[in-house]
Amino acid sequence: MRMIVKQTFEVLRQLSARPLSLIGMLIVLLFLLIALLGPTLAPYPYDEFARDADGMVQRRVPPSLAFLFGTDQFGRDVFSRVLWGAREIIVIPGIATTIAVILGTSLGLLIGYFGGWIDELISRGFDSLLAIPALVLALVVLTTIGSSGISVILVIVILYTPIVTRVIRSATLSLRTVGYVEAAKLRGESTAFILFREILPGVLPALVVEAALRFSYAIFLTASLGFLGLGVQPPSPDWGYMVNEARETFSRTPWALWFPAGAIALLVIGVNLLADGLRRIFRYEGSLI
Amino acid sequence: MVNAQPQTTTTTQHNQDVILRVTNLKKHFPITSGVIVQRQVGAVRAVDDVSFNVYRGETLGLVGESGCGKSTTGRTILQLYRPTSGFVEFEGKELSSMKGEELRQMRRRMQIIFQDPYASLNPRMTVGNIVSEPLRIHKLRQGSELREYVEHLLERVGLNPFYINRYPHEFSGGQRQRIGIARALALEPSFIVADEPISALDVSIQAQVVNLLEDLQSELGLTYLFIAHDLSMVRHICDRVAVMYLGKIVELANTDELYDNPLHPYTQSLLSAVPVPDPEIEERRQRIILKGDLPSPASPPPGCNFNTRCPVSFELCYHPPDPELVEVKPGHWVACHRVTETGL
Repeated sequence: MRMIVKQTFEVLRQLSARPLSLIGMLIVLLFLLIALLGPTLAPYPYDEFARDADGMVQRRVPPSLAFLFGTDQFGRDVFSRVLWGAREIIVIPGIATTIAVILGTSLGLLIGYFGGWIDELISRGFDSLLAIPALVLALVVLTTIGSSGISVILVIVILYTPIVTRVIRSATLSLRTVGYVEAAKLRGESTAFILFREILPGVLPALVVEAALRFSYAIFLTASLGFLGLGVQPPSPDWGYMVNEARETFSRTPWALWFPAGAIALLVIGVNLLADGLRRIFRYEGSLI
Repeated sequence: MVNAQPQTTTTTQHNQDVILRVTNLKKHFPITSGVIVQRQVGAVRAVDDVSFNVYRGETLGLVGESGCGKSTTGRTILQLYRPTSGFVEFEGKELSSMKGEELRQMRRRMQIIFQDPYASLNPRMTVGNIVSEPLRIHKLRQGSELREYVEHLLERVGLNPFYINRYPHEFSGGQRQRIGIARALALEPSFIVADEPISALDVSIQAQVVNLLEDLQSELGLTYLFIAHDLSMVRHICDRVAVMYLGKIVELANTDELYDNPLHPYTQSLLSAVPVPDPEIEERRQRIILKGDLPSPASPPPGCNFNTRCPVSFELCYHPPDPELVEVKPGHWVACHRVTETGL
């Protein structure tokens, strides 16, 4: 435990030392704050039509002090909708990635350690699953079970569990015959102990990097599904769907497209910078331990 | 090769208390092809019909070139690999049919020291955890008693007990090997497989670790199976030596007998490669240089495994049956047609 705390601090210190990783970390932190506090900070509810003193709906107002990001074609404040939308675009991929990482890690450890026909079966099964383009698979699942936040989570879990499994499996393969694992077997440890206490800490670097990367892809996928109208349903302020709506009136309300699209891009870039920083740190195992 | 049981050895200086009896041990690793439905298309015969005894308190050396199956033999004895066939009898109990709790209890009595002191210690555990883990799993000691015992173990292998909360990366190779030895000793085993315990260490450290192993042996009455390829070190530490070639034992004798009077042509060429510290003798040393490479253990040649490289092979060596390990002198076993057919 002491080791994990110490290592986490060491990772954070090394991340802060690289400007790009630091920027990534700050961006992610900013979005986490928005997700947490967005609804409180937002000047308007996400589905309210802004009206002026005469009660007229203020459609297509360019960015101004009253409406920082302007209003969309229906007269809703884009700034408020972006703030409200942050929670979903982080929470849905967050939950989905967590589930995929836990499932993928357990499976990867098991089939990597035991090998044999169960490994063949699961690996080949996952390979064929990954051969199907992600979006096609997502469409099939979502049209079957209907669109909702839960469905999007399910799609991401189905898509990313195999990928995490593969990464952890190959990391496990290289550790299963290592001396300290054999020593554990020889003193009579249970399989669970060997997997989670002896091998898991060794694959943790690969796991952390993979989790960060999966998270960034999951954000993108969630936004893509939202854009296609397959994600969270309107009037919920989904960034992807906001882009789609604004696309139709782009010539008159370009700001309604810029800001949600920019938010997606910035978040994905931030997570990617962070993942890249983690990868650089963990590439030289020795620098950490 | 059925009666190759060197149990009638008479001239060994040890009493006849056999701690480990290995009989016709085979470990073949299957070569498979096909997806999901796999067919076995061959087998790597890593250990191919090996029999020998280890006497309580002795150090039996196991030597041979890389890939000859010496490490696999050690691991199969410990049941880290389950044998393809054959028997391993340890302190009177047959191990290869044991499972679960029964095997776990037996494993307390036999431990291993690894070649690579870097891969053998989990980098994310403290020294204290590494050494005490075996005791925890077997619920042998607890609390302050456990800590005291671990400190005592560290001290016993020549480490400062103050290091108990440090991580493996803070130690040198030799110190790490000492931690590995402390871990192996924690369960108070009677038999230890030392799998090239000094090959990865600096020469200056090798002697220290070997001396430590010898001290521990005389103090705790340990029995070692010492796997190595450094022949001068083997001569120093071992009571008897077994020479392996391509999964088989080709010669087994008391150390002095083997070094002074090697019978098998493979042993002779191995020993001829050992440098002698006396420059005059070194000058006259005749090297027997073997031709060719080690054949693949997946397809050993018919007849004697050594026939592709043997300088004295003849007709008989190229056809089955393989030469059997026979006792040509009291305590001196050799598997060679040339020796058994034409005398010594």
